[in-house]
This record gives sequence, structure tokens and C-alpha cells, in this order.
Amino acid sequence: MKKKHWRALQRAYLVMLFSFLYLPIAVMAVFSFNESKSRSVFTGFTLDWYKSLFSNSMILDALALSLVIAVISAVISTVLGTMAAIGISSMDRRSRLIISNLSYVPIVNPEIITGVSLMLLFVAYQSFAAWANSEMGSAVLPEAIFGWPTLLIAHISFCLPYVIFNVSPKLRQMDVRLYEAALDLGCTPKQAFFKVVLPELMPAILSAFLICITYSIDDFIISYFTCGTLQTLPIAIYSMTRKKVSPEINALSTIMFLAILAIILITNFMDSRQYHKDQQKH
Amino acid sequence: MDNNVIVSLKNIVVDFDDQIILNGLSLDIHDKEFVTFLGPSGCGKTTTLRVIGGFVEPKSGNVFFNGQDIAGLPPYKRQVNTVFQKYALFPHLNVFENVAFGLRLKKTEEREVRRRVLEMLEVVGLKGFERRNIATLSGGQQQRVAIARGLVNQPKVLLLDEPLGALDLKLRKEMQLELKRLQREMDITFVYVTHDQEEALTMSDTVVVMKDGLIQQIGSPEDIYNEPENAFVAEFIGESNILDGLMLRDFCVEFAGNEFACVDKGFARNQLVQVVVRPEDIKVVSPIQGQLTGLVREVIFKGVHFEMHVEQGGFEWIIHSTQASQPGEVIGMCIGPDEIHIMARTED
Amino acid sequence: MLQKKSLAGPYLVWMVAFIIAPLLIVGYFALTDAAGNFTLDNLTTIGRYSTVFARSLILAAIATVICLVLAFPVGYFLSRLRASKQHIMQMLVMLPMWMNFLLRTYAWMSLLEKNGIINRVLGLIGLGPFDMINTSGAVVLGMVYNYLPYMILPLYTAMTKIDHSIIEAAQDLGAGMGKIVTRVLIPMSVPGIATGITMVFVPAVSTFIISRMLGGGSNLLIGDLIELQFLGNSYNYNLGSAMSLVLMVIVLLCMSFTTDFGEEGVEGVV
Repeated sequence: MKKKHWRALQRAYLVMLFSFLYLPIAVMAVFSFNESKSRSVFTGFTLDWYKSLFSNSMILDALALSLVIAVISAVISTVLGTMAAIGISSMDRRSRLIISNLSYVPIVNPEIITGVSLMLLFVAYQSFAAWANSEMGSAVLPEAIFGWPTLLIAHISFCLPYVIFNVSPKLRQMDVRLYEAALDLGCTPKQAFFKVVLPELMPAILSAFLICITYSIDDFIISYFTCGTLQTLPIAIYSMTRKKVSPEINALSTIMFLAILAIILITNFMDSRQYHKDQQKH
Repeated sequence: MDNNVIVSLKNIVVDFDDQIILNGLSLDIHDKEFVTFLGPSGCGKTTTLRVIGGFVEPKSGNVFFNGQDIAGLPPYKRQVNTVFQKYALFPHLNVFENVAFGLRLKKTEEREVRRRVLEMLEVVGLKGFERRNIATLSGGQQQRVAIARGLVNQPKVLLLDEPLGALDLKLRKEMQLELKRLQREMDITFVYVTHDQEEALTMSDTVVVMKDGLIQQIGSPEDIYNEPENAFVAEFIGESNILDGLMLRDFCVEFAGNEFACVDKGFARNQLVQVVVRPEDIKVVSPIQGQLTGLVREVIFKGVHFEMHVEQGGFEWIIHSTQASQPGEVIGMCIGPDEIHIMARTED
Repeated sequence: MLQKKSLAGPYLVWMVAFIIAPLLIVGYFALTDAAGNFTLDNLTTIGRYSTVFARSLILAAIATVICLVLAFPVGYFLSRLRASKQHIMQMLVMLPMWMNFLLRTYAWMSLLEKNGIINRVLGLIGLGPFDMINTSGAVVLGMVYNYLPYMILPLYTAMTKIDHSIIEAAQDLGAGMGKIVTRVLIPMSVPGIATGITMVFVPAVSTFIISRMLGGGSNLLIGDLIELQFLGNSYNYNLGSAMSLVLMVIVLLCMSFTTDFGEEGVEGVV
């Protein structure tokens, strides 16, 4: 086959595939401006759905909850995970292997199983707490835990391994002699950690933190089984999709898509600027 | 104890996972001296350095610093600084902050920090590089930052762990002279680790040759080169012809099927010995004039001299000469009494 | 360096308490009845749902194969682009992934409806209307759409490691395009293929949202069954746990086939 034809074929294939990926999103965006509730006929331009979205307290509350849960669980996961990565790095090969297999469990396990298993744990705890409280005759243990505590525990549990897998390689790459050099120049082990090791790990820790935030905000399945009556954003979206026709979802999708696009463009732009800055120094 | 001694190691034993790295090593390092630990990889030279720096705790033995036992003292409390292999510069700090690191820890006044860091950067030839990012420096420049970072703390002893290993040959030669100059200027002790014998001979006041966790010989570069104490040292320091010989009497030795006059004495009559003759100390003469005659096997041009491989009585001699003979030619060889060095025979 | 193994303590306690212990509880519930007595009834009851299990496996397998076929050329084409272009294209592949999958699936709901856009467009040229939503085809489509990027990315990563000179060498030795694909590209991207299969098959076989939104009531999958036992009308933790156990076994079997090849691939994606 001629090279030119081959190129054209490649291009055509990529165009088709990306159309497949983006067409549904584009259609949603277009219909988010549709006057009527129809999902197939465009009758006229309006911003009403955006307005009603921003006055929809269910969505706004869910968004707020999602953000708060994401930040809290990401902070806790990042701290615990970074500590763990450092601890693991000083272990022998065998223990390291066991722990890394342990960390893979929530990553490879289907989310629905992580979700129901945590739910069972919380249910089991609740019946234990009820039994213990009645034995002791006073409500020492909290019984109704579904909601904030369960959501946080669940989110931290599925975020933690990602912190380990982000920070551990960076630790392994790091020159041990950096730490020794800090000691040599007069740092106590604690100072050496905060002045040298931590700054070195910071990029990995930050990216772990961002991964935790995104996974936490995006999670539906595990939250679905552990949220009790609380509604995170994905759960609110789910309940909206159950009411067949609601063009607000189109508006929400469009906004989320644009937000993600903006975040990606900004981080890319900053990356490339950093890159050029480094280049200029040479 | 000699009060000129700054670091003293007594019977140091170090083992990792039951493998003995240092086997009862004892050594005195004198103040303001340039000492080099020289040996093949795995000989324990870096471990010895790390014992002095405080990074390795010996299983037994004592480390004295200015007469005080400092075993168990952590690195950050020792008056020594280290220049690490591959430098270990802090990538998140610029040149100035790397050098200022130690001073800032001691809560030095900001003006003083500035003065001393700039002064030190000037000494190592990096004036104007203060704001530069570490990653943008060349290997040689990083090397200089690492040295400045250690020296700015005014240590009594600077430890250098194969600091030139990552540099190319030309830069390495340059830095060798530079380090020697710095040591003289700063007027402190340098303890240097290398596996490169030429580097060791060029820079050091004292060379410590090590093998398998034991010291083989301590001496000036001239001593080590001219009077090796055993075959290992002779072999490791430059090329040598090492032959088995028989000490007939004082000042007379027999080897290669011939009797030679020498300057050594004090061996027993007819004691088995080893004879070392450096390749450049063999004079090539006509076959009739030679004490030995040999057949030239191979001639290699080495720039300054020719290296000849000469077979004589089943032994292959290496001879360095400014004049080339032809392969296949028969030559005579002369060895003067001063050029013969005699050692007691070692087991291996 | 920092000899502080104890720092890993809180993590280990957490993982044992909230990952391992819950799985053990699932095992316990699966092997007991409502009164807490040991029984194998839950597991044998699953036999009644064998059609659902079979449907899950078949639909997930079909979706995985379609993803593999669609993604393979993309991975290859992207890996041969200039570095700067590669970066942009990679972003383009990942961008839809970042949108919540409920929204992505919802988009297809409105496209596939009886009077949705696709049927309308087809109507303009005199075709249809077709019954597309609430079919197993729609479920497969939803799986492919949602998980395609998870197949493209590991394949692309594996293929960036194939030096172009290797392909040229194969051409030089007389291999045509077909031979290059079967003898060079496929064998050399096995780690990526293995990772991709796992990353598509596992979520596809355990989904309950895609089947609920695009499959209607008639296309129940394992995930739907499990969800029904825990939060739905059936409400039977013991049976639900038994089903979860079986699902885990299915996933483990799938993984044991693929991880032999894909060990480093999984890590790369993570």
C-alpha cells in the first residue's frame, strides 16, 4: 500500500474513533441549551437548565459534600500513605512483597465487592455496638454510623493504595546519600527528613493527593453502598438519571466537562512553562 | 599517642550479613595530611570512610577523633564532612542554598552565611553560579558545589568518596590538581577514597593500600611504588614483573636463572623471596651485553614509550622502553641493583 | 535510609481492618444462613441464576474483545506520532475518562432511545426506528464506550516501547503489514494487552449501572443481582455475599490468566 493512502487511512480511523468517544458528550452539550425537554429535537436556545441547575439545592449540597469528603479523605490518605511508603521502604523484600500484594487488593477487586464488603463490615459493627450497648446498659458505642464516618472510611480505604504506589517508586529512586549528606552537614534525622527527604518526595505526594481527590469525587459504586442517606455528587446524578427526562444533567455534564478540560489545559500549560524555564537555565 | 594524630582507628571490625568487611583495621591519620585509601572494589575502603563519617557503626573497635572516642556519635555531631559519590546535592535547592545548608543549621547569622558561602564558591571557582539550579550544572561543577558544601563548615577532616569517578579523564586530571590545591589552602585533613592508583599517587601525602578489609601497606606514594611490601601492592600499583627468587646472601639474589646484585639485606640465607622489577627499570641492550636474553613477542606503542612483551625462560617480561625492538628479535636485558626490590614471599 | 518500619503500622492496621476484614466477613456471610449457622445453600442457590452469570461473562467478554480490536490500531498509531502530538492525543483519550461514568452512560441513554437522535437521523434516510435501548447490544455498547480508554492506554504504553527500527527490521526481512502485526506488534505488546483485558473485563463483568441504564429490566448482570441483595428488594446479605464470592473467583481466574504477562503493565497504569 502506498504510504500516502496508509496515512489517510490512519487519520480516518482516528477521526472515527475520537468521534465515537466525543459525540455523546457533544450531543449532551448541545442539548443542554435546548428550550424543550426533548432529547432529540432542538427547538431553541436557552440557558434555563443552567439556571435551574444552580438553584437545585440537591445538586449543590451534593457537590459540597463531595468536595469536603474528597479533601478530608485525600489529606488523611496522603499522610497515612506517605508514612507507610517510608516505613515499607526500610523493610526487607519479602515483607515489601506481601504489603504490595495487600495494597493491590482494593485496586483489582471489583468496586462493587469493595462496596458491599465495607457495607457488611459497618452493618456487623452496628449490630455489635447495639449488643455491647445493651450489655453495658448505656450508649457507649455509636450505633448509627452510616453517613459521614462510613463514607470517609470507604474513601480513605480505596485511596490509600494509590498513595503507596505513587510515593514508593519515588522513594526507591531517591539517592540514599541525600539523607546521609543532610546528616553529614549537621541535620538530626528529623531535620534531615523535613529539610531533604520530604521536599524530594513532594511532587509524588502532591500527585498522589490529586489522584485521591479525583477518585474520591468520581466514585459512585463504593459510596453507593456506604453513604447511608447522604448524597455525594455521583449519587445525586444517579438519582437524577432515574427520573428519565431531566435536561439539567446535560447542563451539569457540560459544566463538568469544561471544568476538567480547563484543569487539564492549565496543568499542561504550567508543565510546559516549567519545562521552558528549565531549558532556559542551560 | 602522637598528638599530631587527628583520626585514629583501633581494631575496627565491620560486618554486613555475616560477611566481614573490615577485619580488625587500625590506622592513624595525621592532621593536615592528604590520605588516600586505595584498593579494588570490595576492599573496605569506602566502609572505612563511612566509619569515620559515622554512617557505619563498627561491630567492635574504637574511633578516636582528636584523642576522644567518638564511636556511637551520630554523623551530625562529628566535626567531619563528606563529599559523596555522585555528590548527593539537594535537587530542590539552588547552588547557594546547597552550600549554605550546614551553616543555616548552625543558626549562623545571615550576613555571615552570605559572606562565607560566596567566599567558598569563589575558592572552588563557581563565582556567579549562586542562583543556578543544581540540575543545570555539569558534572565538574556539581563536584565543586559538593566540595564547597563540605568545606564551608570548616571541618577538621574532609572525607571524599571516589569524588572524581563520574568525570571524564581530562576533567579528572584537572580536579586532581584542584583538590590538592584546596587541601593546601584550607590547611585541613583530606581523606580520599579511590580505586585509581594513578590518582592516589598524584595527590596523596600518604597512601593506604587495602585488600579484603585489611591494610596491605601504608606509606608515601614513592614508598608504595618503589618498595611494595607484597605482590598484591606491587601488582596493584602500576605494572610489575614479579618473579620468585632465592636470596643467596645479603646483597645477592638469584632469579630467572641468574645471579643479581641488589641493595637488600637482612633475609636468611637461601630464603625464598619474591622479586619486583618495574617495567621501566629494565635496560634493553644487545644480546651479548645482557644479563638475560629474551625473545620479543609483541611490541605495543603507548605514546610516551613502547611496551614490549619479552619471553625469557618461560616468563613473560613487560618492558617499557623509548626505543622499539622488532617482534621476533632477541634482546639482552640489564637490571641494576637499585632497580631490584625484594619482598618476603606471601602465601598466595 | 530512615529505619522506621513502624511508620507503616497505621496503614497496615487500616488495610487489615477495612480491606481484609470486610472480605472475610463476605466469606462468613456467604457460608452461613440468616441465623448464623453454617450452610452451603447460598452457593448452591446461585445455580438458579446461572443464566445471569453466563450473560455477564459473555457480554463482558464481547465488550473486551471489541475494545481490544478497536484499541489496538489506536495504540499503534498514537505510539508512532511525534512526542508533542502523542501528548495531546493521550489527553484526548483520557479526557472522557475523567467525566463521571454515570454522565457518559446517560448520554448514550438519550442517543439510543426509541425517539432518540440516532433513530431520528436514521429516519431521515428512511430507516428504522430500531429498538436499540434496553437490549444486550446497548449494554455491550455502554461497556465498550466506558472502558475503551482503559484498553487504549496500556496498549499505547506497551507500543511506545517498541522501537521503530524493529518494525523496519521486520520489513527489511520481508514481512508485510499482516506479518508485522502478528509476528512483531502483538507479541511485543502482550503486557499491554494483558493489562488492558483486565482493566476492561473486571469492571465490565461486575457493573450494575450500565445494565440498569441501557439494558432495562431484561438484561440483569451479576452486579445487579448483588446490588439487589444488599440495597434492593431481594435483601438477602447471605446470598449476596455468596454471589460476591463467586464474582471474586471469576475475577481472580481472569487475573491469573493475564497477570503472568502484565505484571509491570498494571503498575505503569496505576
